[in-house]
Amino acid sequence: MDFLTQSIIEAFRMIWSLDPEMYFIVYVSLYVSFFSTIIASILGVPLGFLIAVKQFRGKRAVITILNTMLALPTVVIGLLVYAFLSRRGMLGHLGLLYTPKAIIIGQVILILPWVATFTMAAVSRIDERYRRTALTLGANALQAALAVAREARFGILAAIIAAFGRVIAEIGIAMMLGGNIKGFTRTMTTAMALEHNKGEFVLAVALGIVLLAVSLIMNVALQLVQGKYGDNR
Amino acid sequence: MRKIVSIVIGAALVLAALPALAQDKVITMSTTTSTEASGLLDFLLPEFLKDTGITVRVMSKGTGAALKDGMDGNADVVFVHDVAREEQFVAEGYGTKRYYVMYNDFIIVGPESDPAGIKDAPNSAEAMKRIAAAKAPFVSRGDDSGTHSRERQLWEATGLALTDAKSPQDADGWYFSIGQGMGEALIFAEEKEGYVLADRGTYLQYKFGRTQPYDLVVVYEGDDMLKNPYGVIPVNPEKHPHVKFDLADTFAQWLVSERGQQVIADYQLHDQPLFFPDAK
Repeated sequence: MDFLTQSIIEAFRMIWSLDPEMYFIVYVSLYVSFFSTIIASILGVPLGFLIAVKQFRGKRAVITILNTMLALPTVVIGLLVYAFLSRRGMLGHLGLLYTPKAIIIGQVILILPWVATFTMAAVSRIDERYRRTALTLGANALQAALAVAREARFGILAAIIAAFGRVIAEIGIAMMLGGNIKGFTRTMTTAMALEHNKGEFVLAVALGIVLLAVSLIMNVALQLVQGKYGDNR
Repeated sequence: MRKIVSIVIGAALVLAALPALAQDKVITMSTTTSTEASGLLDFLLPEFLKDTGITVRVMSKGTGAALKDGMDGNADVVFVHDVAREEQFVAEGYGTKRYYVMYNDFIIVGPESDPAGIKDAPNSAEAMKRIAAAKAPFVSRGDDSGTHSRERQLWEATGLALTDAKSPQDADGWYFSIGQGMGEALIFAEEKEGYVLADRGTYLQYKFGRTQPYDLVVVYEGDDMLKNPYGVIPVNPEKHPHVKFDLADTFAQWLVSERGQQVIADYQLHDQPLFFPDAK
């Protein structure tokens, strides 16, 4: 017990003392998670939206594939992207492996299905009559679509926040594609795994506390968004 | 009725005692990745089991973490390769005695083209110096393992201006401290076409034990600084009364016995002897 309390006290001291190595790790984590979430949102929100409003052949198959991809393990994504980015791989000449960009690519693949399916769910919940009303009121197709998107915005935002929470806590992709390089691609989760391997716990506990704090902030934001969404109904 | 109850209770007691009996002859060993990755333990431990009936459960990690396991009482015996830290471990009372078991050697592997020209370096420090001067990619384990400690000693021997952690600046874009195991470090070096300090066993396993061939070659070897001695230390029962000291000590004694040393000498990896018995 003593061991745990001591680690926690030391960890808070480290957080308080603005230890540069620790904060750089936090920065890398936030950086890759932020950009992977942005890119996944830019691709995933319109995708989810289109699947929800359009009727097309094979729609069910697309939905099934997206739902399956929700369960894709991070190590599978890591392996797959590794095979492409490796020096012997198809995209090896780009030199992307073991850079933050590689982590972002993997993480986008991880959360794109999340953003798309949750957007789809949020948009599907908006009554079809809403769109038709907009059209009869003289809106063109794009304006009608925007009206629906506006109505579903809280659900979409919740999807994006959940996706961010997923990537910031992710380790498989960050380790396999980022390589845990000190001062370059070391994220909170990979640093924690390393500290555990070294048998050192203070930095790991400190990072764990920061990671929990970030998750807490995200969840509070999610709660606020969902609260508003509930009021709107 | 009473008879049935007593039979049931008796049977329950026997069943409860069974796993305890089966557990009696099991010890937990924390060791470095190289003993396991090289395949030595898969060869050695069955022989030990045959001779003594003791099963060894292996946790393989960096030397630092393995010693930490010993300090925390999470293992009964440690089998690692960092003499200075091992002696400190014994001096601080965590272990009873350090037994010399065997040694193998470190090698510097890298691309065949040898961009830093270290092949003909007069010694390992000079080789490291040339890598730093050429700013050729260099992959560091960076995980506080025995190999990482040795790498730091090599950097120190170069006399270059080093950071607090006794390794070159990390942000220069050529020195990659990746904080991962030997296998990952070798793959990393392969990808970056860089150099890495490796133990010979893991290198051979990765070079010849893979379905896909592998470009890295041994570019520098055979210097006293690259000798890699392994030691075994039973955890001190005075610190942690629950450790199975007798069984752990039996294991250590067996390793340094004529029989154990012979088994170590007999082990070959891809037709090369890998560990050389060293009991004193």
